[in-house]
Amino acid sequence: MTTDQRVKGGIGESTIRPDGVAKLQGDFAFLNDLFAEGMLHGATLRSPYAKARIVRLDIAPALAMPGVHAVLTHDDVPGDKTFGLVDADQPVLAHEITNYWGEPVAIVAADDPETARRAVAAIDVEFEELEPLIDSEEAVAAGEVFREMDLRSGDQELRGEVVVEGYYETAMQDQAPLGTEAGLAIPDGEGGVDLYAPTQWVHADHEQILPCLGLEPDQLRVHPGGLGGAFGSREDISLQIHACLLALRTGRPVKFHYDRGESFIGHVHRHPSRMWYRHEADAEGNLVRVEAKLILDGGAYASTTGPVLANATYFAVGPYKVPSVAIHGFGTRTNNPPCGAMRGFGAVQSCFGSEAQMDKLAAALEMDPMELRRKNMLVQGDHMPTSGQRFDRPLPTDKVIEELLAMPLPPALDSDDPRHLPGGTGLTTERSSVKRGVGYALGLKNLMFSEGFDDSTEVRMILNPAGAEIHAASVECGQGMINAMQQVGRTVLGLSHVAWVFDDTSLIGSAGSTSASRQTPMTGGAVYAACVGLRDKVLEQWDGDDLSDDGVHKDGELVATLDQVCADGPVEFLATYRHPPTSPPDENFHGDVHVDFGIAGHRAVVDVDEELGLVRVISVDTVQDVGKVLNPTSVVGQMEGGTMQGVGLAVMEEIVLRDGKMLNANFTDYLLPTFLDAPTVDMVLLEEEGGFGPFGAKGIAESPTISSTPAIVAAIRNATGKPLTRVPVRPEDIVGL
Amino acid sequence: MDLSLKINGEDRHASVTGSESLLTVLREYLALPGSKPACEQGECGSCTVILDGEAVCSCLVMAADAEGSVVTTVEGLSDESSLHPVQEAMLEAGGVQCGFCTPGFVVAAAHLFEENPSPSSDEIREELSGNICRCTGYGAILRGLEALAEENA
Repeated sequence: MTTDQRVKGGIGESTIRPDGVAKLQGDFAFLNDLFAEGMLHGATLRSPYAKARIVRLDIAPALAMPGVHAVLTHDDVPGDKTFGLVDADQPVLAHEITNYWGEPVAIVAADDPETARRAVAAIDVEFEELEPLIDSEEAVAAGEVFREMDLRSGDQELRGEVVVEGYYETAMQDQAPLGTEAGLAIPDGEGGVDLYAPTQWVHADHEQILPCLGLEPDQLRVHPGGLGGAFGSREDISLQIHACLLALRTGRPVKFHYDRGESFIGHVHRHPSRMWYRHEADAEGNLVRVEAKLILDGGAYASTTGPVLANATYFAVGPYKVPSVAIHGFGTRTNNPPCGAMRGFGAVQSCFGSEAQMDKLAAALEMDPMELRRKNMLVQGDHMPTSGQRFDRPLPTDKVIEELLAMPLPPALDSDDPRHLPGGTGLTTERSSVKRGVGYALGLKNLMFSEGFDDSTEVRMILNPAGAEIHAASVECGQGMINAMQQVGRTVLGLSHVAWVFDDTSLIGSAGSTSASRQTPMTGGAVYAACVGLRDKVLEQWDGDDLSDDGVHKDGELVATLDQVCADGPVEFLATYRHPPTSPPDENFHGDVHVDFGIAGHRAVVDVDEELGLVRVISVDTVQDVGKVLNPTSVVGQMEGGTMQGVGLAVMEEIVLRDGKMLNANFTDYLLPTFLDAPTVDMVLLEEEGGFGPFGAKGIAESPTISSTPAIVAAIRNATGKPLTRVPVRPEDIVGL
Repeated sequence: MDLSLKINGEDRHASVTGSESLLTVLREYLALPGSKPACEQGECGSCTVILDGEAVCSCLVMAADAEGSVVTTVEGLSDESSLHPVQEAMLEAGGVQCGFCTPGFVVAAAHLFEENPSPSSDEIREELSGNICRCTGYGAILRGLEALAEENA
């Protein structure tokens, strides 16, 4: 089919996002702004121990309080007692044993949030603290693993002349979306419930919530709501089941709104990792063998530890050819807070280890680190060293390296303004004590779901006299998906007016998750297909050859207005989009397990005060293959925002745990990059043709978070000469305390 | 206690205990939900309002301490027909993603431009360093406000 590039607001333009004005004026309704007449407020009793036995749980004192309408425990869950995104192993409310600090034990609905919190405090509960398992290596030794992958490829006897080994760690990172979890459950008066949920995938929520409530499928409708960011934190259930249970019990709407402290424990985090690596190369610098042991701690419940571990394992050697590979990955079960999805999803952890190894190997070979990468890089037509699958589509690693090296470096430090110095306006550093460093890293990651998952997105296009509507259940987390989908719709249909309508779970099939860099290709693919179908249907019906805002045309003449086209009602077309299939891995974890890949590189420049251990990240420049730019402003926004989350992991972000308890579950102690911490981010966007997304567009949001962290740490190593094998890099790591 | 404030040019009253935060009063009692609760610890700036001429985190102001104050919230910076210049600047530049930090940025930036119509890039960065954005990496916000500063120069 042909597309009409003349329509205003089509692909390639930086169209203004449709929710922008409302968000700027404070009018946009986030989930915690929702209100329903007569609504009650929920609160949660959580375990204060990493592991404990519930010795006594008496809700009577709380129930007796004025203004308290319900207090529910494990016994009150009418259906399945557990839930989970992959495995239903997590109790809705703990029974007998609590397995992590903050695990929900009881829930309360009361007239106002304060009464609800006081009622939680009034519950008579006694815990017997038990010895928690908090060390992931001990968990491996004890066989406490959610998933183990012993992946071997190639001749296991191969050995290289030059060998480097290293041990690396990455910390537990919080997604820290500015909007905390909130949700509203409204009973329908007939035994069912409507839930406005903090979720990235309404249908997955529906699937998990329903069995716990013991309702029929059409009695639960899950609606997306204004999220305030996600970055993986809303892939798992938080308050959803609790809100529905209380609404159904009381017959009144129930709202939950976690404060920041509860948000930290109310959602999953990026898995902390421990990684042992051994790289071997021949004397010319050709990689011969990579061995690694990866331990990612999944915490108390499974969440997405399986697929996160898979990513860490499959991408453990980065975008390089390696004839012999042995990667042993473990996703452990401990009594630490549960871990799951965060931007980059497993690829972040092993990229940090493997890119550090590449630099170390380059030093051992006395080679330029980027020359070593170029010498070993994977490109289209090569086979992935781990899964063995062929890169059928473009993989412009060569161009990423070339463009990255060609980008101009930022000017030398020429200012005594403390805002330009490590330590900032704390006036701790003088220019004379600053050392500059430069570092590089490349990152490779799968796009969309892998290992044979049957992934689909449903979109219904509806044409009416005013224009077209896109109906879908795809969740907008803030990234700009709706804007881009409207652009695809306008371009394919040739119509200026394309609106977005969220459908709940009762109205349309699944759109899949807004994660894994998948909505641009998946919802985009479905919008594209539904628009083509709608356009063809209308043109065929009126024997036309073109569609535009005034109606159907043939040979340049108008043959039917949109009013005429829609005289019998709106015209609809429903499309279900599936990407090319993947396969489950075989027993050696080989196979065509991934459908597509993202390749990117970062170059970081840092200024370091070695004496005080302070770092200022000056610039993090990047080159990435994005397939096709649908909206330049949105693409730049994803690249800059994703890079900043990589800056955070590199130099400041860490959930500090002691005995399984979080010590810094607040924004005072969990440090996030501020405006003054923000480096400049210059970028080159590669638009390689040959992708299967709409107009060749790829999902782009994860790559910026993968190689940014190792590039920054490489730059700090370059400035200091310190090994720096753990992120975030702390002042004491630089000073050497 | 009966709390009296002038908010966005109007006299407003609320019956409060006095120990609530100004943010709670705005959001829960006065139907002004534009100010956002993200950390409620004064760290993120999402609840920024202008209180007697100063940009403050409304989560850190006790309601009783705000008695008699003049307050501007994000709702008071624009109307249906026109946006505030900082809103226009952020919209054009793509400085809005999830939008949760956005009202706080708008208020803090409006206050900055009120005091200094043409701030330097460093001044923009420093003045807005109390506002955390998790989505944009600050680049688009900076570009928008730099363009506005240049326009005002």
